[in-house]
Amino acid sequence: MSPVDTLIRRHRLRAVELLPWAIAVGAYFAFADYLSLGSQILIMILFALSLDLVLGYAGIVTLGHSAFFGVGAYAAGIYAVRVSGEPLSGLCVGAVAAAAVGWASGLVILRTHGLTLLMLTLAVTSLLAEAANKANFLTGGADGLQGMDIDPIFGVFRFDLFGRTAYLYCLVVLFLAWLFARRLVHSSFGRSLVGIRENTARMHAIGSPVRRRLLTIYTISAALAGIAGALLAQTTQFVGLTVLGFQRSGEIVIMLVFGGIGRLYGAFVGAGVYMIAQDQLAKLEPVFWYFWIGLLLVLLVMFARGGLLGLLDRLLRR
Amino acid sequence: MTPALETIGLHRRFGALIVANDIHFRLEAGARHALIGPNGAGKTTFINLITGRLAPSAGRILLAGTDITALSQATRVRRGLGRTFQINTLFRGLSVLENVALAIAEHDGHGGDMLRPLGARRAVLERSYALLDRLRIAGDALVPVQQLPYGKQRLVEIAIALGLQPTVLLLDEPAAGVPSAESAIILEVIEQLPHDIAVLIIEHDMELVFRFARRITVLVQGSVLVEGTPAEVAADPRVREVYLGEGRHG
Repeated sequence: MSPVDTLIRRHRLRAVELLPWAIAVGAYFAFADYLSLGSQILIMILFALSLDLVLGYAGIVTLGHSAFFGVGAYAAGIYAVRVSGEPLSGLCVGAVAAAAVGWASGLVILRTHGLTLLMLTLAVTSLLAEAANKANFLTGGADGLQGMDIDPIFGVFRFDLFGRTAYLYCLVVLFLAWLFARRLVHSSFGRSLVGIRENTARMHAIGSPVRRRLLTIYTISAALAGIAGALLAQTTQFVGLTVLGFQRSGEIVIMLVFGGIGRLYGAFVGAGVYMIAQDQLAKLEPVFWYFWIGLLLVLLVMFARGGLLGLLDRLLRR
Repeated sequence: MTPALETIGLHRRFGALIVANDIHFRLEAGARHALIGPNGAGKTTFINLITGRLAPSAGRILLAGTDITALSQATRVRRGLGRTFQINTLFRGLSVLENVALAIAEHDGHGGDMLRPLGARRAVLERSYALLDRLRIAGDALVPVQQLPYGKQRLVEIAIALGLQPTVLLLDEPAAGVPSAESAIILEVIEQLPHDIAVLIIEHDMELVFRFARRITVLVQGSVLVEGTPAEVAADPRVREVYLGEGRHG
């Protein structure tokens, strides 16, 4: 096989890429009592996936991605309370609001690099969190946004007490987002992002409009994060200030690093393992569970760079 | 005939330090031109001014007669200005083939296409491969650049620049840091560059310069000291004094 053919083959779907979906569908039947945790996991996978596009592919190191998750959650929540309980338009509202914030903040912060950029992403999140806190009349402030009533999807599928509809809703949305993200990362655009990550100076020197590319992916990623936030708002029918919190920004980075950055499926493995570990450890060790998460992270970062998937890669190659 | 590249009174200072002093320079179409000068003469600065990495304090830059002084780096590249870097500036984690394919995708104008996979553009990949073949690194097409020996990485630098199909090619010390056993291959590649490309080479290796160049410009402390044929430059007493007399510089 010629080298050209090898590269041509790379973007074709492999059977193993369907594994997460088989697991997700299987889990629906096998763990019927855990579907609300399941929905949370799917939402965090989507959030981590959105982060992977900027952090893993484009190399934009951010600690403020919860800004977009939070804006999406609040926008969808407020839309449900004030305008309409229709869920799909609510998702769109969340996506558009988050994309707008992503674009506007990206215009400013993507002019910087490294530590400055990192600080600015933090600052944006903090500003938004404080704004949400102060805008009591709109967001419910510290008490959180309540009183959402989400209509049945397509007017047919009612959100039930067991979270079945919510789980399948999240699953379908995640699947569509994955299709889109997968297409994106293999495209010329997606590969040019990797080029920017690998060597920005060279991308300039081959005539690539670097800043425009970064702003585009930042906006797209913000929209996806906004959809994740909107899903959370709709499925839990509550939005609290924590959606904008620094902790959520940090946690999502940890999840992605757990799974492995820049490989699309790191989000699935990372968010899945992290959320399940958190759930189990919190039951076993209600006080100390975070210690074990921390220890696991230290071990992974020290001995398995590339996360769990990187580790798996190396084991399979032997 | 309009020169491929021309600078008119190009000037740049950092505070009180003048790194480019009123440089008038012409690179003819299809030229083989060398820019030499002692360390710190401002050679790389001059390249950075031409490519738009640095903005000049005064003066103008013309590419095929068109003023490009105000254009962005990326736009200049799309107008036909290609360069290599003195220090390898490559996509280290990507394969050699993809390093070149990214450049060709940008040159073809679909670098921003979000839907069609790069791998589905067979023509881009075939052209990338053909280019590697020409530079005799096709055997390493799928090897990540960071695993290549340094000399071959220098060839990837040139391959990327050629992928942009430039009319003007700026080579910033293409053989820098390459062991002499491997530098012959690089020299060969440079000598076989297409004749329609105007080439400006910065180089310390005098053997390479005198073998390759048909015109030489000597830059000292940001100013042009002498310009002429290799024979004229070699015979010039001022050049001998400031540059050749001091021996080679690494």
